[in-house]
Amino acid sequence: MLYAILCYAHEETVFAWSKEEEDAVMARLIEVQTPYAQAGKLGPVGRLMPTTAATTVRKGKEEPLVFDGPFAETKEVLLGFYTLDVETLEEAVAFSKALSAVNPGSSSYEIRPFLVFHPGEIKHGETKT
Amino acid sequence: MTDIAWIELALTAARPQALGALLRYFRDLDTAEEAFQEACLRAIRTWPDKGPPRDPAAWLIFVGRNSGIDVVRKRSKNDPLPEEEAFSDLSDAEGDMADRLDNSHYRDDILRLMFICCHPDLPATQQIALALRIVSGLSVAQIARAFLVGDSAMEQRITRAKARVAKAGVPFEAPGPSERAERLGIVSSMIYLVFNEGYSAGITNPDSAAFCDEAIRLARLLLRIFPAEPEIMGLLALMLLQHSRARTRIDKDGQIVLLEDQDRSRWDSKLINEALALLDKAIRHRKPGPYQVQAAISALHARAPTPKDTDWKEITMLYGLLERIQPSPVVTLNKAVAVSKLEGPEAALDMIAPLADKLDGYFYFHGVKGGLMMQAGRRAEAREAFDRAIALANSPAECAHIRQQIDKLGAVTPPAV
Repeated sequence: MLYAILCYAHEETVFAWSKEEEDAVMARLIEVQTPYAQAGKLGPVGRLMPTTAATTVRKGKEEPLVFDGPFAETKEVLLGFYTLDVETLEEAVAFSKALSAVNPGSSSYEIRPFLVFHPGEIKHGETKT
Repeated sequence: MTDIAWIELALTAARPQALGALLRYFRDLDTAEEAFQEACLRAIRTWPDKGPPRDPAAWLIFVGRNSGIDVVRKRSKNDPLPEEEAFSDLSDAEGDMADRLDNSHYRDDILRLMFICCHPDLPATQQIALALRIVSGLSVAQIARAFLVGDSAMEQRITRAKARVAKAGVPFEAPGPSERAERLGIVSSMIYLVFNEGYSAGITNPDSAAFCDEAIRLARLLLRIFPAEPEIMGLLALMLLQHSRARTRIDKDGQIVLLEDQDRSRWDSKLINEALALLDKAIRHRKPGPYQVQAAISALHARAPTPKDTDWKEITMLYGLLERIQPSPVVTLNKAVAVSKLEGPEAALDMIAPLADKLDGYFYFHGVKGGLMMQAGRRAEAREAFDRAIALANSPAECAHIRQQIDKLGAVTPPAV
């Protein structure tokens, strides 16, 4: 089963990390991911830019409306996601618990099974600018 | 990260909102600060056991307000402080409560808090110091180190600035749309001042370099509460782009490295990508402003894989636009640099000649002039301009940079007849 692990946290706190703190957290997160990646179970991992960079398109009466900011103003926002191909929900929960253990603060992980509509063509993490 | 480290971050992040709400409630900066301090102390005592609340700012507003009221009341009679456990147990309820009490004021609270720090009577350095002390919660010692003054001198400076602001009176009613826009503009320039202080002084003083991160944090905060303001997107994009080059601006000997000589592979692509995304969003609004245009210029540098790929034509055009919306001799000087890349140094020298009077005391004017003269082969005049630039340099690094230019000129001999 394919799972998307969606990471929610307080944006203000995460963006208050210093470079050193961020590097330390990332190193620990990658340590958790490595065995899953080596077992061929980890798919693309995405870090979302801050909600201030978000644009929302919502169905309007005639033209769809385009406005700035994330879909809803919430205390915890979606900060990033992992994709994981594991046999059972248990394993996805274990992975999320391990991420949670090394991620400081009040982050939470939503585990959502998903179906691949299209495998995609993007090969590298960097965007073409 | 330890519990305490995380709590400190949460307190810093919640500070503007909580302090802003307490300021509105008590209408006095000192009382609001005391109440916030007290709430923080209680958070440090309570959170490690009970776990962090879902909404730290709401918790701090609630606890701060109670303790502030209590302090005010205590001045007449000695009541015991209420136990914070009483409301900590409310867990989620405090969020709803604070929403009901404060969400309608949220934006104006933060804006007001920032706005009182940039009172026009205060000189720029005091605006920066006050904002860092009050909005960001940096300690007096941290700010003093960054400004290279003693703790007591900085303490005095901040106290004086606060007194001046208090005397001027802070408008507490909700601002109308035009007044809000005006406040937003003033606050934006204060944030950019903080950034520039870090950017220029950060070369020699790592304590002030931290101001850049702080300015970016404040701009993110401002954009989060005003998500549809293209100029705030522009301001944040501009600072992110400038900050993305921080690692490459200085070489290991502390010398300035010019944009065209910087190692572009070491520019921070994460910051650049975020800035480009913001700028794209801002442009959709079709309300160009000075920060957006400056960010667009900076983005063209960021997009060029090598210096020779730089789109100087587009940059010249953008400087032309900037000249129209915010004319200044410095903008014209920058435009001349772009023109020199397209049409050569003589064309640029013609452009800057009329600026000589206005910019006579400006380091960069003489530095640029010297550089253009050097390119044009007018070595004696270049030497003269560089000498003038050295006299006006603001830091040893700037001085050393001009010296290098003079070395490149070699010994100036009188022009051959």
